[in-house]
Amino acid sequence: MGNNPAPGMNTGCFMRPECTPRNGRLHQEEVKMKKTVFFGALTAVGLVAGAASAATLDDVKARGKLNCGVTTGLVGFAAPDANGEWQGFDVAVCRAVAAAVLGDATAVEFVPTTGKTRFTALASGEIDMLARNTTWTFSRDVDLKFEFTGVNYYDGQGFMVPKELGVSSAKDLDGATVCIQTGTTTELNLADFFRSNNIGYEPVPIETNAEAQQQYLAGACDVYTTDASGLAATRATFEAPGDHVILPEIISKEPLGPLVRHGDPEWGDIVRWSLNALIAAEELGISSTNIEELSAGTNNPEINRILGTEGTLGEMLGLDAEWAKRAIAAGGNYGEIFAKNIGESTPIGLARGLNAQWTEGGLLYTPPFR
Amino acid sequence: MTTITDPPKGQFRVSMLLSDTRYRSLTFQAIALFVLIVAIAYLASNLVRNLEAAGLNISYEFLGNPAGYDINQTLIPYDSQSPHLRAAWVGILNTLLVAFLACMTATVFGVVAGVLRLSNNWLISKLMAVYVEIFRNIPVLIWIIIIFTIMTAVLPSPRAFRGDDPTSTMVLGSMAFTNRGVYIPGPQLGNPLFASVALNWVLVLLFLVGSWFGSHALSKWAHAKQEETGELPTTWYYTLAIWIVPAGILLTIMGLHWQIPELKGFNFSGGIKIGGPLIALWFALSIYTGAFIAENVRAGIQAISKGQTEAASSLGLRPGRVMSLVVLPQALRVIIPPLISQYLNITKNSSLAIAVGYADVTATLGGITLNQTGRAIECVLLLMLFYLTISLSISAVMNVYNNSVKLKER
Ligand SMILES: N[C@@H](CCC(=O)N[C@@H](CS)C(=O)NCC(=O)O)C(=O)O
Repeated sequence: MGNNPAPGMNTGCFMRPECTPRNGRLHQEEVKMKKTVFFGALTAVGLVAGAASAATLDDVKARGKLNCGVTTGLVGFAAPDANGEWQGFDVAVCRAVAAAVLGDATAVEFVPTTGKTRFTALASGEIDMLARNTTWTFSRDVDLKFEFTGVNYYDGQGFMVPKELGVSSAKDLDGATVCIQTGTTTELNLADFFRSNNIGYEPVPIETNAEAQQQYLAGACDVYTTDASGLAATRATFEAPGDHVILPEIISKEPLGPLVRHGDPEWGDIVRWSLNALIAAEELGISSTNIEELSAGTNNPEINRILGTEGTLGEMLGLDAEWAKRAIAAGGNYGEIFAKNIGESTPIGLARGLNAQWTEGGLLYTPPFR
Repeated sequence: MTTITDPPKGQFRVSMLLSDTRYRSLTFQAIALFVLIVAIAYLASNLVRNLEAAGLNISYEFLGNPAGYDINQTLIPYDSQSPHLRAAWVGILNTLLVAFLACMTATVFGVVAGVLRLSNNWLISKLMAVYVEIFRNIPVLIWIIIIFTIMTAVLPSPRAFRGDDPTSTMVLGSMAFTNRGVYIPGPQLGNPLFASVALNWVLVLLFLVGSWFGSHALSKWAHAKQEETGELPTTWYYTLAIWIVPAGILLTIMGLHWQIPELKGFNFSGGIKIGGPLIALWFALSIYTGAFIAENVRAGIQAISKGQTEAASSLGLRPGRVMSLVVLPQALRVIIPPLISQYLNITKNSSLAIAVGYADVTATLGGITLNQTGRAIECVLLLMLFYLTISLSISAVMNVYNNSVKLKER
């Protein structure tokens, strides 16, 4: 007793050399010069340990597994299925990267993280990348020193209430008790929304989606608020989803995407272009069914460059020529992944909306592969 | 001339550092100290170097920036525009509140259970044994979660109180037990003397302190009388009056009335709300630590020799008075030192608050602030400083008390 570590605090890792962020090497010289005389002799030992750690790509290859941070369980985005296999929209991004880098979509170690623990896990090197409904914000990008490698879902924050309350707008929520996941942008948007509308509320901070769901269903809070996609996914698991409504207001922009640590741009590129390959594949009509056929060679040079039959894109990334082919083959293109995990034919039933290709009036627009 | 000469002074040789028992232990201590310093310096330099390499610097400037989040239990004014520092203070006060409440109730539970466990009544002593063994052998985090879960599952939500034919009604028409907390009537001043609400209550408190001195003086007088005449004057009604009359008059002047909580919109408002997380945490900490205190109390009582009890009984004291006048005062000397560490445990275990969403300092400063600003090291250092300060203060206060009850050697 007395020494139970507070949940989600693994700061101890800051002290370990293997946790040194990868740009350690860049700063070595600078660091060496700043050392005081007292520490001089000691750091010589330390530097060797620090410099020994290679770039993320080499680490992942040496390990033979990609450590990918995901949610603790949000059906449709990342949750283990009945066989204990992780499935979902975010999981598919991890698998695509693993397929591109290691040639094996199953060579992923999924690390469940909560809203609170995810950034420490990434910063400390416990995971190589994070794909956990994480909103790209200025302070996370700049101040927390992460690198967002794209957006895999354009979302916004919404509210869910039981139908019996008869609430039709979020502006009617004055005085309500609201369940929120701590450590999220949700928490901050909520405060801003109620403040700017001059209404009050009582926050119930909760660690995971599962707990929030339990509290909400027990009536310990009137409202559950999080990303609208998360609400739909949560509601789909209820016994009577029809008894709950999602209010029309979307109070924020939540571009959700995978991220990596600052300081290893090569690794960032790999994650970024693996995601781009999935999106481009949909745009160009590459799917899991025709990919073998197309990789025999087509008369569309961009398809050929993606599938590695033309050009040296893979080599530029430090991978082989078929990296993107494997990434796409792992779970299909973006559209297939969407339809299978969260699309309209699933219980979650999300429409493509903003997440349609730019050619279809959506926001998905990948830079050219050339 | 002395017959016994001093051992030859001899010259100091370096080899004596190891061979001479006078110096050997010093040598080893010096070496150990050096190794320790080197190890700490290595870790510190490693930390500084890694932080620099990651482009992070230790800075507490973020404490002045707006926190941006709301907190559900605030003992001081706070809103989402208040700085992180204030959020930390809100958390600190919440920690102190739950620690204080839990120390009080744990002591009561512990003393009652400890004394009853020694009872001659078989059923009672066995029941207490079961209580102690069950509660101290299951981790407190589990208790916190069990109690909170039961509360949310069993008690009705405020919705159940609504409508013409509600499924739940208020107890005595004035208290609502809901799964979000307990709402009780709150005192309101219709005719306050000062504009600031707090100031009025400080005045009431001052009156009560005055009453305390008054009743103290009265009992002193009564004891002097007893020494003189051998008869203890009955003073309880004076004592009661000293406590009630002045504060009562003051409160009547200030127009005290009770505001009964009412269902408004989604929740009850008015009156006092004791939040579900506070109740769960408070109750779990007290019942869990109470089991440990019960064992301390039992050990303390059993340390008093049976002769004391027999002697007191032979003077004609009834068992209750033997316990309260003879045994317990002596047992306190044995009980207090372990009690200090139980109080420290309560304070530190209160950091499990986040499990039920109670906004203690670990949840505000060490949770949301840490997470939203990414200033992990700064926040954790501050937290360590806070817990260290509060633990040392509790120890200091309890040690003063311990010195006042311990055996005085004259
Ligand atoms: N997008 C927001 C919120 C992310 C978030 O926490 N989402 C919830 C619900 S959509 C979730 O993924 N929960 C899963 C879990 O509890 O592990 C952020 O990045 O701060």
